[in-house]
Amino acid sequence: MPEGLAATHDHPSHPALQHHFENMEQQREAGTLGMWVFLVTEIMFFGGMFLAYTLYRFEYPAAFVSASNHLDIKLGAINTAVLIVSSFTMATAVYSTQVGRQRTTIICLILTMILGATFLGIKGIEYHDKYNDHLIPGQLIPSRPFAPEVAKPGDTDPHKLHLIEGATVQNVQLFYWIYFAMTGMHALHMIIGLGIMTVILIMAWRGKFSPEYHAPVEISGLYWHFVDIIWIFLFPLLYLLGRHLEGHG
Amino acid sequence: MSEHIVQPRVYLMIFLALMAGTGLTVVAAFYDFPGPLNAVVALTIAVIKATLVVLYFMHVRYSGRLIWLVIGSAIFWLAIMFALTISDYWTRTWFVPM
Amino acid sequence: MEEFEIPKQPGSNYLNAEYGLKSWLLTKDHKRIALLYLGAISFFFFIGSLYAMAIRLELLTPQGDLMQSSTYNKTFTQHGIIMVFFFLIPSIPATLGNFLIPMMIGAKDLAFPRINLLSWYIYMIGGVITIYALLAGGVDTGWTFYVPYSTTFSNSYVIATGLGIFINGFSSILTGLNFIVTIHTMRAPGMTWFRMPLFVWAHYATSLIMILGTPVVAITILLVALERLAHIGIFDPAAGGDPVLFQHLFWFYSHPAVYIMVLPAMGVVSELIANFSRKNIFGYKFVAFSSLAIAVLGFLVWGHHLFVASQSVYAGMIFSFLSFTVAIPSAIKVFNWTATLYKGSISYDTPMLYGLGFIGLFTIGGLTGMFLASLATDVHLSDTYFVVAHFHYIMVGGTLLAYLGGLHYWWPKISGRMYPEGWGRFSALIVFVGFNLTFSPQFLLGYMGMPRRYHTYPAELVSWQVLHVLSTAGASILGVGLMIPLVYLAWSLRYGRIAEANPWHLPGLEWQTASPPPTENFLTTPIVTHEAYEFAPPEHKEVVGKFERQQPAET
Repeated sequence: MPEGLAATHDHPSHPALQHHFENMEQQREAGTLGMWVFLVTEIMFFGGMFLAYTLYRFEYPAAFVSASNHLDIKLGAINTAVLIVSSFTMATAVYSTQVGRQRTTIICLILTMILGATFLGIKGIEYHDKYNDHLIPGQLIPSRPFAPEVAKPGDTDPHKLHLIEGATVQNVQLFYWIYFAMTGMHALHMIIGLGIMTVILIMAWRGKFSPEYHAPVEISGLYWHFVDIIWIFLFPLLYLLGRHLEGHG
Repeated sequence: MSEHIVQPRVYLMIFLALMAGTGLTVVAAFYDFPGPLNAVVALTIAVIKATLVVLYFMHVRYSGRLIWLVIGSAIFWLAIMFALTISDYWTRTWFVPM
Repeated sequence: MEEFEIPKQPGSNYLNAEYGLKSWLLTKDHKRIALLYLGAISFFFFIGSLYAMAIRLELLTPQGDLMQSSTYNKTFTQHGIIMVFFFLIPSIPATLGNFLIPMMIGAKDLAFPRINLLSWYIYMIGGVITIYALLAGGVDTGWTFYVPYSTTFSNSYVIATGLGIFINGFSSILTGLNFIVTIHTMRAPGMTWFRMPLFVWAHYATSLIMILGTPVVAITILLVALERLAHIGIFDPAAGGDPVLFQHLFWFYSHPAVYIMVLPAMGVVSELIANFSRKNIFGYKFVAFSSLAIAVLGFLVWGHHLFVASQSVYAGMIFSFLSFTVAIPSAIKVFNWTATLYKGSISYDTPMLYGLGFIGLFTIGGLTGMFLASLATDVHLSDTYFVVAHFHYIMVGGTLLAYLGGLHYWWPKISGRMYPEGWGRFSALIVFVGFNLTFSPQFLLGYMGMPRRYHTYPAELVSWQVLHVLSTAGASILGVGLMIPLVYLAWSLRYGRIAEANPWHLPGLEWQTASPPPTENFLTTPIVTHEAYEFAPPEHKEVVGKFERQQPAET
């Protein structure tokens, strides 16, 4: 690691080298570290919501199980797979720039973006289902109060909220608030990610990257993988915990 | 520090492991493990998956100590936030005024 | 450091390299961005001071005769929000830190110049939204935005203000990110970690807090705004939410934020004390590591703001104990500064006067913090003027004094002109007297039970009014003391004596280049061969003007 003692070998300076850096190595080092430090802030940002989730999960286990079991586990699992595939294509995009295969890079970036958009589409379908089932918390949509009726024992209508013992509608609403806050914030990060990928795609298209200079692909890859990691935690916490109690109402 | 190029074969293996992990965690969620083990299993799988992504997709396995330090400090500070806040919630009911 | 050429004729420098408004608004030069921040921060400081004046005038009499209680609530809230988020937090890092960190480590710029400029724009957008909220009707929740008042009951512009602070938070995050990456990757050859000036260490520690704390308050404020919009949320007791969780999340950032304010000040003071004593700092590594220790320990103490907020008493005990541990690194600094003064050749120039003032006032502020960290005394003192006095000793007596000291110390480097020394010393004295007269009576008021955030007090308590009158009188003196530098610093820009490259004759890297510096700071990348504050032994002394010029030791 250069550790500030920038290596000073004199190869001709690359056109992408900014004036205040000594060489490409230092520039790449700074960019990578910068992205990692930024991801630390992201971890803390989501951390606040994960903390709230944890506390209320312990406080209202029954309501959280009831609410969680109403989420669509199939769509959740498909979305998890979609994001993992997109992480794989992203990693391949980074590899192909490293070895200078420009066409593969472009294809992989496009695939990554399509998968990202697919994720958002599926998320949209889920949100719409929740809207149909009257599960939008609070007065975000004033004309649709939260869960006006819940399923009575024996009622199997999947669109109604099934409460297990000890759960209240008020606390289920708290779960849905956290659900929308966390997945909404995650979706926002996906949208920003798609924006970044668009820029990277254009740069790749114009042939800006080479085995010597591909830090932007790598750094945006870090961001993309991070957003994937958040979902890796959101999926079990929101969709899976308490699944084994389904139908115990 | 010269850049380490991860081979596509490694990426593919990690990808398959992640998919397997996803399948496993869904299946495990429907089993009724004793006590709080359902949560433990789900979170363990999630942590393993996240670690794989960080180590291989994000190249941390091949990165310098500084990057490890950065990630470590994020985890450490997250732990501070959780531990000290939970210390309040956990002990609130211990004290019963006369 | 004989390697560096200091240009004899001030040729092109960062101020005259380009002209026109566009060259400023689109600049990527850290020095110009520092000046953009300096302008913006001074503006917000002025606004915040107007609110402070209104508060002090209202409290002159026991009755609420200047404004109604609702207006008063907005006045102290807006004073707090402007001063904390728009002045104190960016003050030293965004101006002096931005200007000096690259120069002190021998870099041409910060690692991400565009992000640096972006952070200023984000700051301005956040500021404009906040100013809009203030003009549209203001906000009355207190700068702490406690729920459920802020989410459910307040009729003021909480969402707009919250949005302003949320956006402003990203400017702070980006500044911290830039500093951390710069310090890690941009140090000149030979600039090892333990050769860095303590100012840089302090800013590294500050940046850690900015990075790790700010995102938490950002999401918290965002959730408050959303909760207000949706009439439900995780802090809403009606839905089973817990308002105390808000206080946890808020103070997780906002207590360490106090160290965002005071750590850079400590960095400035370390420079001032060592350089104006012409001695190497006593215990360099202790001072450097105590900055990091404060940054880490500062994150373990937030619960002392919740002692009377239904937090568990057991958690209270832990937080109380941990709060005391922060005193250790703080005391290390104060002792080491004092030891540095011992047998130093001290010159009492304006920056040093501010530096010495800082040590005294910070010590008082820190020690009164001990009263608040103790569970039992805090029950009595919580939410009284004792708290107000305590944190003003840290923030005004500490941060503001160090900021002014640093501004004077580096003024020749920044502007290329000397400020008038006589006026400088005079106003430093006025500020010190005015400050103490303003805030020391408030300790007594708080101890006697005067609650904070009240605009009236019982008329029959004559002693309360006497103390309030003293405090208001002090505030007027402080106000005058702050106006004087404003005038003479502006005056010096045009009429001040031209500054040499190294007017104080110091070994620091930032003095080894022209005043004002060229755009890339140094004509050639410096190679560092000395420790920081390396003053030569007495046989190398040479008298230049009124200073004993100390040659840096030979290699």
